[in-house]
Amino acid sequence: MSDGIDIALTVNKTARSVTVPAGETLLETLRERLALTGAKRGCNQGVCGACTVSVDGMPVRGCLSLTANCAGAEIVTIEGMATDGMLGRIQAALEQTGAVQCGFCTSGMVIAAEALLRANPNPDAADVQAGISGNLCRCSGYRTIVDAVLLAAADGRD
Amino acid sequence: MDDGVTSGSVDSSVSVGRSVLRLETREKLTGAAKYIADLSRPNMLHAAILGSPHAHARILGYDTTAARAVPGVHAVLTGADFPDGRMGAFVKDEPPIAQEKVRYIGEPVAVVAADDEATARRAAQLIDVEYEELPAVVTPEDALAENAALVHENLADYFMVYDAIRYGNVLSETTLSEGDVEKGFAEADIVVEGEFETPAQAHVAIEPCGALAEIDDAGRVTLWSANQSVFRVQANVCESLKLPMSKLRSLTPRIGGGFGNKMEAHVQPLVVQLAIVTRRPVKLILSREEDFETVRVRHPFKIRMRTGAKKDGTLVARDTEVILDGGAYGDDSPGVLGYSLLMSRGPYAIPHARAHGRLVYTNKIRSGAFRGFGNPQMQFAGETQIDEIATKLGIDPIEIRLRNALRGEGPWFLGQKLASNGFVECLERLRDDEGWMNRKAAAPKPGKKRGFGVAAGAHISGLLGTGAIVRLLEDGTVVLNTGAVDIGQGSDTVLAQICAEALKIPLDRVAVASPDTDGSPYNWGTTASRVTFTTGRSVALAAAEVETQVKALAADMLECAAEDLELRPGGFVGIKGVPDKQLPLFVVSLQAHWRRGGPIIGHHSWVFDRPAVDPKRAIATGMPFRQIGVYSFAAQAVEIEIDDVTGKTDVMKVWSAVDVGRAINPASVEGQMDGGFVQGLGFALTEEVVFDQGRIVNPSLMDYKVPTALDVPHAMKTIIVEAREPDGPFGAKGVGEIGLVPTPAAIANAIADAIKARLRRLPMTPERALDAMLPPEDVDAS
Repeated sequence: MSDGIDIALTVNKTARSVTVPAGETLLETLRERLALTGAKRGCNQGVCGACTVSVDGMPVRGCLSLTANCAGAEIVTIEGMATDGMLGRIQAALEQTGAVQCGFCTSGMVIAAEALLRANPNPDAADVQAGISGNLCRCSGYRTIVDAVLLAAADGRD
Repeated sequence: MDDGVTSGSVDSSVSVGRSVLRLETREKLTGAAKYIADLSRPNMLHAAILGSPHAHARILGYDTTAARAVPGVHAVLTGADFPDGRMGAFVKDEPPIAQEKVRYIGEPVAVVAADDEATARRAAQLIDVEYEELPAVVTPEDALAENAALVHENLADYFMVYDAIRYGNVLSETTLSEGDVEKGFAEADIVVEGEFETPAQAHVAIEPCGALAEIDDAGRVTLWSANQSVFRVQANVCESLKLPMSKLRSLTPRIGGGFGNKMEAHVQPLVVQLAIVTRRPVKLILSREEDFETVRVRHPFKIRMRTGAKKDGTLVARDTEVILDGGAYGDDSPGVLGYSLLMSRGPYAIPHARAHGRLVYTNKIRSGAFRGFGNPQMQFAGETQIDEIATKLGIDPIEIRLRNALRGEGPWFLGQKLASNGFVECLERLRDDEGWMNRKAAAPKPGKKRGFGVAAGAHISGLLGTGAIVRLLEDGTVVLNTGAVDIGQGSDTVLAQICAEALKIPLDRVAVASPDTDGSPYNWGTTASRVTFTTGRSVALAAAEVETQVKALAADMLECAAEDLELRPGGFVGIKGVPDKQLPLFVVSLQAHWRRGGPIIGHHSWVFDRPAVDPKRAIATGMPFRQIGVYSFAAQAVEIEIDDVTGKTDVMKVWSAVDVGRAINPASVEGQMDGGFVQGLGFALTEEVVFDQGRIVNPSLMDYKVPTALDVPHAMKTIIVEAREPDGPFGAKGVGEIGLVPTPAAIANAIADAIKARLRRLPMTPERALDAMLPPEDVDAS
């Protein structure tokens, strides 16, 4: 680690510092150094979306992001989406519509959907389909996931 | 076999028939669920493989010096370091790692264990393997040619689990017939004939395959892996590594989808051997590219089919000839061949039918089990031809299917009687669905041609050994142990619902034990749409045994006859007709544990044993299985739009009617139907593993197109039909695969309706659709 880079960042509201090689991805840092295994390695090429995490409020591919570029960043992973045992709005809606099957895409899907709702609080089904189209669900999954995001949006309007 | 598993009064159900939340939903939603890649053990090493660059070559030698010299490398193993055992579900033809020869590009030839994955991967690339290239057979045509190179020179010596007809590169040849097919065609007024071709499809579970093995001081190995059966993992590892099965314990973490890919072995033998050699825990997780290149694919089929009908639409004859590209190893292929031929007549009463197929070795990645098991390919041909006949005769597509549907007991092709059959109801419910009836209410979009298509199918649930153990704990809660792996489809929840229902206890009093070859009863696997039906039946009957033991003890305690007792909702046993005479189950269980009778444990095991072939009415040679299962049915309709300019097909709406016997968990039934349809949509329109001289040219999700949320209609309707299966738990039968069985044909029939031309090759890409839309004189013969 002598040639590593020291990076300070916030992960799920906790300050963390890591020393990483320049080429280490954020996904590797989260999973292997910080034991946050909720984000998944599905393709490691930025296509499947299973590694999606939030960096400064934006959904990013953990497998394509370098930790060295994340100095000072606010990272939120699936482990940070529930607070005090209360599910976040997307998680709660996915539970309600029964959208969780194998669960391997779920972490990334929650982060992507949360970002979608922040950008567009009143989406229709087509907006949601477009918004989660970067996250593959092979189970699939999509109908009840779309329903869940629409439900979360509707709950937000109540 | 009908021994009353369905007799429970379903009207007062506490769990069955309700869309209860999946038991493990919360842990998956919070990221707490642990999949194979999330596991780690103290002192664990990480492994990587080196794949073959050649489709077919003799291995002359290895130089591992450079790899071993890399700091952090602990072991480099080649074929020379592995036992020479052979594994395989139907034919024992596959070594744990390439030995003497490589038979496909990507086949593991060496494996490295190192301190971290990056080091292992780097070191693997430093292994030098000397090859002598051999002529490769990369298509079935190559493999069937005279003097073709042999993929397996010793085929005749391999152990096979059935009486196979095999020669040259033909691993299995199967022939089925019933009636007199030539006589049938002579009676036909109209005959349609065609050649159909389907590609290799990749499973693409979002979780890649992986495994983690650990050895204890006594030399016994514990193995966790992404799998669909801890017992098949155990069998494959032990056969290929020549280990006694008692030396290996196989366990499972959560599984990120399977679809057939994780049923037989992938990297498990490699990590076990590394753990044995290094005496340390070893984990190996495949990259997406390796998962594409080294595990398995859906069989490419070439189908030649003829179907004959009378003028009134009555089907009279069908003749089917298929060639399956099996790839380099047998895997589940003989089963896929036999099963697809058994499905070749479809769910119709065609009096004269013949089906013949050959399964051919080629120098490509092995083909194996994939949701549908050869049935979607076969129905693509069969359901297209029924549609062609309906179009030519001017008969409605649902009407022609109703006219020919197997009714009542059937029987199915070759003679098995159907104990439950909701096919006609599926067709009628689809026909009468309001949305379907009003499907033309809105006009198609400008620049698009619209089409509607219908297809149907049936699929079995069943096969092979299964058991369940239900234990009543001291406090009246229950542990259910079946050995069935929940691969994400929801079987843990469904089995718990069956158990809770049978014992009339709340669902939250049932815990589901994680499958473990040490402690679970044998379960062949999560495959063949079988867990709800076969394992659910064992759960219901094991619970019934618990009920018997509870009643025997309670009769003693309440001083009455056991026959006078009943289980009551909420976890009580009481005297019929005497509401205040009852005991909580925990009181009975405490007595059993400490005073009399002994702990209450219910057990049941069985194997589906109804023969598939009635020798009085059918002839079958080279059949890889004798008994198969019970039948579920489906009818599916789609609306598509196809772009005039680009030829791209969009699926707008889907209606699926499915007979599942009884929906234990309706939301999970819908989940399976949605999922099956989407995978079928990918198979129909976009998915193809493309080979160039045996090399996969698109082993990435950038180049291999899995449907996204944008490709899938939000309007997907599932109509659940419940023709109770007498042998099924509370009447249930399987639903895991049937959702995609009719899908490629339904979409193809809709495209034909839109463009008035038939596509007989999958996937039906924009390019192929545009070619078909051109005037006939411009279309080439293909």
